[in-house]
Amino acid sequence: MRLVVDLNRCQGYAQCAYLAPDVFTMHGEEALLYSPQVGETQRENVMRAAAACPVQAILLDQVEERAAEGAGSRGG
Amino acid sequence: MAGDGSAEAFRRNGRAVVVGASLAGLRAAETLRERGFTGSLTVIGDEPHEPYDRPPLSKQVLLGRVPADGTALPRRRALDARWRLGVAATGLDLAGKRVRLADGEEVGFDRLLIATGTRARPWVREAEADLDGVFTLRTGDDAARLGRRLDARPRRVLVIGAGFTGSEVASACRERGLEVTVAERGPAPLVGALGGVVGAVAAELQRRHGVDLRCGITVTALEGDAAGRLRCAHLSDGTTLDADVAVIALGALRNTEWLTGSGLAAGPRGIACDAGCRAFDIHGIVTDDIFVAGDVARSPHPLFGYQFLSLEHWGNAVAQAEIAAHNMTSAGPDRRPHLWVPAFWSAQFGVNIKSVGVPTMGGELVVTQGSLGEHRFVAAYGHQGRVIAAVAFDQARWLDFYCRLIESAAPFPPDFATVDRRPEGMRPVAADFPDPALPSHGPTVTLSGYSPSERRVTFTPARF
Repeated sequence: MRLVVDLNRCQGYAQCAYLAPDVFTMHGEEALLYSPQVGETQRENVMRAAAACPVQAILLDQVEERAAEGAGSRGG
Repeated sequence: MAGDGSAEAFRRNGRAVVVGASLAGLRAAETLRERGFTGSLTVIGDEPHEPYDRPPLSKQVLLGRVPADGTALPRRRALDARWRLGVAATGLDLAGKRVRLADGEEVGFDRLLIATGTRARPWVREAEADLDGVFTLRTGDDAARLGRRLDARPRRVLVIGAGFTGSEVASACRERGLEVTVAERGPAPLVGALGGVVGAVAAELQRRHGVDLRCGITVTALEGDAAGRLRCAHLSDGTTLDADVAVIALGALRNTEWLTGSGLAAGPRGIACDAGCRAFDIHGIVTDDIFVAGDVARSPHPLFGYQFLSLEHWGNAVAQAEIAAHNMTSAGPDRRPHLWVPAFWSAQFGVNIKSVGVPTMGGELVVTQGSLGEHRFVAAYGHQGRVIAAVAFDQARWLDFYCRLIESAAPFPPDFATVDRRPEGMRPVAADFPDPALPSHGPTVTLSGYSPSERRVTFTPARF
């Protein structure tokens, strides 16, 4: 599962770091470091973290599509 | 297909081509589909990788916490696109409405979005840039190469340029326990983007974390050994510095060369477009079917005197891509202006640095909250009696408030009491930006030129 955090939006509430500590960690007082790609075992934690984010800054994969898998794709 | 009347026909069965398969290109492609675009969609990218996020490259990735190929962007929806990845666009036929690719293919379009972004400015001398141990950091492949070299524990890393990328690289190196020298031409790190007052705080952060920071200095030459490995750097003060890794962090170049001779207003400063993301041609006439978004675009912003802003900001890429895609699929009156207020962040030396507005326009600043000395503060920047920007160190939660001050042209200095106001925040001081005529790695916001006034926006007269 892929994810990205809109760090313009993020205000360092650290809810994600409590709910999915293996994915999100605080770095200093309020800077956030996170893993943009996580395995299935983390899916539930990440979904909870995204739902709990007070500023809704965590964007998760809605589809698992990859470039090579898109319909009509070809080599390159 | 040209003209607004055909927006509906385009949406049903037009041909959309997006050149650039990074953040802006992906978000634009998704927005096209969200807007009900059911025609053919081709996404072209010069890198062989699917769209990935770049900000983590100088942070999580260099720290070794995330693999360089592990930052692929999440997808908001299925795209049903034809992807041409690993193939650069090499030309644009404006009249024939075709994009030429490096492999000889020509891709026809009804509407085109250009989101080719930027690349790292290379070291000036090619032979020195080719030395083993000399790196730039822009792509995932760059980050993988540099990360591997840092894993091998070099004796000293030289970072050339103390803008955001250079400072973040230095921060990651220190966190990994590596010796780092930062060589900066200006008087302080981040000075081009945030000015000398805040730059002095950034300098203090670097030194406190053990960076050998040398300002007012340039690297005059990189020297290799017989095997072609970087050995040392020669500095403008006459000294020599032993280093086995050098990271060139001298800003970015806009990827517009492929448009040379196309008739579009494209050049080193980017591609000029209107607030609706439509590209200008070389005559300054706006095109109907060519749109621009992301780092490569420069467009006029009503809040900032209609100056053309080029923004190398993550949030701008997203917002502008969405507006561009909206306008590609809309008839004239339904088109929207790109009025996003510039905002960016950087994490370095454990501090969260955030900015809203255009600090480089601010001649003065006042520390409205906290204290520079504590490295925890908000500084509001003023321009002609209004708040034009705010910069926060570890005070992110206040920035929305300052964003609204900027949007409403609130008076500067702010005429209200703020939480945690200190004596140092009672009087504005010069923000101390370097003379823009002097060469530097430059601010992340560049201002140039003017466009005719757009008459739908409400003006708030400037206060003098």
